[in-house]
Amino acid sequence: MLKFILKRLGLLIPTLLGVVTLVFFMIALAPGDPARIMLGERANAEQLAQLRSELGLDQPLSKQYLLYLGRVIRGDLGKSIVTQQKITDELTDRLLATIELAITSTIFASILGIVLGVAAARKRNSWVDYSTMTGALVGVSMPVFWLALVLIMIFSVGLDLLPTGGRMNVRLYFIPITNFYLIDGIIMWFREGKADYFVSALKHLILPTIALGTIPLAIIARTTRSSMLEVLKQDYVKTARAAGVPERKVVFRYALRNALLPVITVIGIQFGLLLSGAILTETIFAWPGIGKWIYHSISARDFPAVQGGILFISFFFVMINLIVDLLYSVINPRIRLK
Amino acid sequence: MTDTATIETSATGTGELLGIDNLSVSFHTRRGVVKAVRNLNLKIREGETLALVGESGCGKSVTAHAITRLVPMPPGVIESGIIRFRGTNLLSLPEKEMRSLRGSKISMIFQEPMTSLNPVFTVGTQIAEVFVTHEKLGRKEAFARAVELLDLVKIPDPAKRAKSYPHQLSGGMRQRVMIAMALASPEPGLMIADEPTTALDVTIQAQILQLLNELKKGVGMALLLITHDMGVVAETADRVAVMYAGRKVEDAPVEELFANPRHPYTVGLLGCQCSAPSNRNAVRLTSISGSVPDLLTLGDGCPFANRCGNVKNECMESFPDVSTAGEDHEFRCHNPITESGASS
Amino acid sequence: MSDNIKEIAPPAEPGFWKESWYQLTRNRAAMAGLIIIAFFALIAIFAPLAAPEDPLEQTISARLTAPFTDGYILGTDDLGRDLLSRIIYGGRISLIIGVVSVGISLTLGGVLGLAAGYFGGWVDRIIMRVIDIMLAFPYILLTIVIVAILGPSLTNAMVAIGISQMPRYARVIRASVLSEREQDYVLAERSLGTGNLELMFRTILPNTLAPTIVQATLGVGEAILSSAGLSFLGLGAQPPTPEWGLMIASSKQFITSAWWVVTLPGLAILLAVLGFNLLGDGLRDILDPRLRD
Repeated sequence: MLKFILKRLGLLIPTLLGVVTLVFFMIALAPGDPARIMLGERANAEQLAQLRSELGLDQPLSKQYLLYLGRVIRGDLGKSIVTQQKITDELTDRLLATIELAITSTIFASILGIVLGVAAARKRNSWVDYSTMTGALVGVSMPVFWLALVLIMIFSVGLDLLPTGGRMNVRLYFIPITNFYLIDGIIMWFREGKADYFVSALKHLILPTIALGTIPLAIIARTTRSSMLEVLKQDYVKTARAAGVPERKVVFRYALRNALLPVITVIGIQFGLLLSGAILTETIFAWPGIGKWIYHSISARDFPAVQGGILFISFFFVMINLIVDLLYSVINPRIRLK
Repeated sequence: MTDTATIETSATGTGELLGIDNLSVSFHTRRGVVKAVRNLNLKIREGETLALVGESGCGKSVTAHAITRLVPMPPGVIESGIIRFRGTNLLSLPEKEMRSLRGSKISMIFQEPMTSLNPVFTVGTQIAEVFVTHEKLGRKEAFARAVELLDLVKIPDPAKRAKSYPHQLSGGMRQRVMIAMALASPEPGLMIADEPTTALDVTIQAQILQLLNELKKGVGMALLLITHDMGVVAETADRVAVMYAGRKVEDAPVEELFANPRHPYTVGLLGCQCSAPSNRNAVRLTSISGSVPDLLTLGDGCPFANRCGNVKNECMESFPDVSTAGEDHEFRCHNPITESGASS
Repeated sequence: MSDNIKEIAPPAEPGFWKESWYQLTRNRAAMAGLIIIAFFALIAIFAPLAAPEDPLEQTISARLTAPFTDGYILGTDDLGRDLLSRIIYGGRISLIIGVVSVGISLTLGGVLGLAAGYFGGWVDRIIMRVIDIMLAFPYILLTIVIVAILGPSLTNAMVAIGISQMPRYARVIRASVLSEREQDYVLAERSLGTGNLELMFRTILPNTLAPTIVQATLGVGEAILSSAGLSFLGLGAQPPTPEWGLMIASSKQFITSAWWVVTLPGLAILLAVLGFNLLGDGLRDILDPRLRD
């Protein structure tokens, strides 16, 4: 097991190095002069030269690369041109908002996806199965930003039940404690004896969670169904039935644990994707996370910020995939003991 | 429901543990209706070992699944018949009562010990599950009973082995675990063993058969042994029923069948037995020429007609009635082998 | 294993495609997908005939007309342009984006996958290393960043989608080349002195078609979704192009008053992508050897 972890960690280093290299050269070799693009057509030669030296663009490419690599290894992603803040600070400020939304979406998608997937597999070729699978296919065919707008149209504009954006009602004058607003809401509930903060945080989470969670939900339901069908065909399920174990227990204790092995990998990958795929959802719901920040950085042509953002998220993505791999080996005794 | 089931079948002979009357099972597939078992009659007495013999696809496994009511439905349909277990018709039992029989009075072990155990639970937990289900024992107590059973099936260091996962055990060990699981009941009546030794090495096969024989006598249960291996039959069985293409073609005590086979198919099966019974490669039924007919396109005639050396005109037209040869020996053939071995 | 592949994928034989087509016609979901795609393809080709109005013509007096009023079947947008006509022309754009993006991916991924699978050794190692690194980036993020660098336009969106989707084609093609490379017919050709390039393109490539077709069908649907997303963010098509994602973006402030301007173009995207996903799923069931038994 330790060997397995070390081997996976060893593979991580070249991958991360490759990611840094690719991000650097993508931006460096992009057509056009970044300084010119950032400052616009009206900038004079002096301004351009100043920005170039500020960005290190007057150095030879190989030196630029080594300098960049050195800074990244020290955990320095540079400064944003627009705000002049350290990019790492800007990212960590927004990280928890993105993670909170990714977690609620993953929980929503996993629970509903597994329940629907199991139901579809148990009642194969019934209307439950057909409607779940049709729904799943529609779910993966849907543009997320459109779904978000339709949800707002129905639940915020039409029924006036839920807010259109943000993380908390601004009139509550709220100072974040952990920056997970749901948890903060609970803390405030204990502290002040009123649930307003918690309820507001929850209400603001619902629509973004559904919008962001729909595609993972569809994918998890499909994976669970096919995995469950595969497991229910296995001999050991027959053994359990022949031993008189009640059907409910056969499905939920014996089969499900096996069927969930591939599903857990899928959930992990989807969680990683949600952290990055939130650009559209966060923009629409004015969710102050990394996705929205990257979108604004792109609009403002703030290349150091874009570079830092994509590097940060890719690191995250790679790490989560690693954790999923390790987790899989923990829950699967066949791998664990080898 | 149970009462009526008992009444309608109360007229059973003494000593009968399991009686199957006129059982027919079909599978409704896209290509048509497959008649997997047709008009089957079988009888197992208390404490007896009945071997159900035939090539794969002859309906022997379907019969076993019908007894435990584990035939997948759909596509499976039980068209007709009664399966009496100690006087109760299993086919009309409510699912809940059937389930309480499964694993307690009727237990089953399968061919592939590799895949028949759940890979994500320890073997001890899986055996304990039977006690939890049927005797409502607590987990701890059930686990202790599981360890006792592992000892009973002669697994060394049972306390440690109980905490192993299936993939950590050898094939023979796993089959022992399966047997232990089948024994995990207060009063085992019938154990159905579906090709229990086919997937094992020759030496392990012999050990497992010996273990089954010992346990059977010790516990006093009956054994329905499903196999295509006449060597296994000779070593283990009291009676033999031979099936072909969903039909039972011959049924006799084991000595009688080996000494005096009447159906040409049985002779073919025994003829394959050209080398030592423990050599499993020699037991394959390859020396009967031709192949099993497609169960979809079976006509009214004898299904063995296309492969039979003794075929007559009437074999193509109708399936023969039951003939008897002495006490307790039945067969269905228009042109049976005579005792001298020649055709009449 | 090798027996298996021979049995399943001798696509050089016409019988394989005939049999696959027959199975496809019996797969209801896949046929539904094919019909949806054919429908969009037809109105895309005959857009000038199918559209009742010019998609760019503004009738300010008829701004935000509701569907089925004043002769506008699907209503008008905030500039009084006929929504039905814009959706029809949008279909043309989306299909072109889907096909061109996948074409770019296929060309790049095909060359890399073939080279990696055929030559093996260090060529394979370098190519697969790069592919692995590309896969370390979340797909959507990679696409957005490439467009951001190249500058926002429809052409650049297609290039970005093409590059981001490339790794999966390279992998699929490499995998099938690896399994084909050792097949008897390739060895036979090689012993007859057929050159590397000819062998790769004339003999091996056609035999990697089945899995590639599955991937490409699903890829077109995903490309349509991605380009709509890019346009929604202002990184793809630019106004006044009648692109579906852009139509939603430019009218999203009217969702309080005119439901149709956002809902209808979105439904068009959903339907078109659903068509490709239905067909792709069906094709996978039929063509993917791993799912056959």
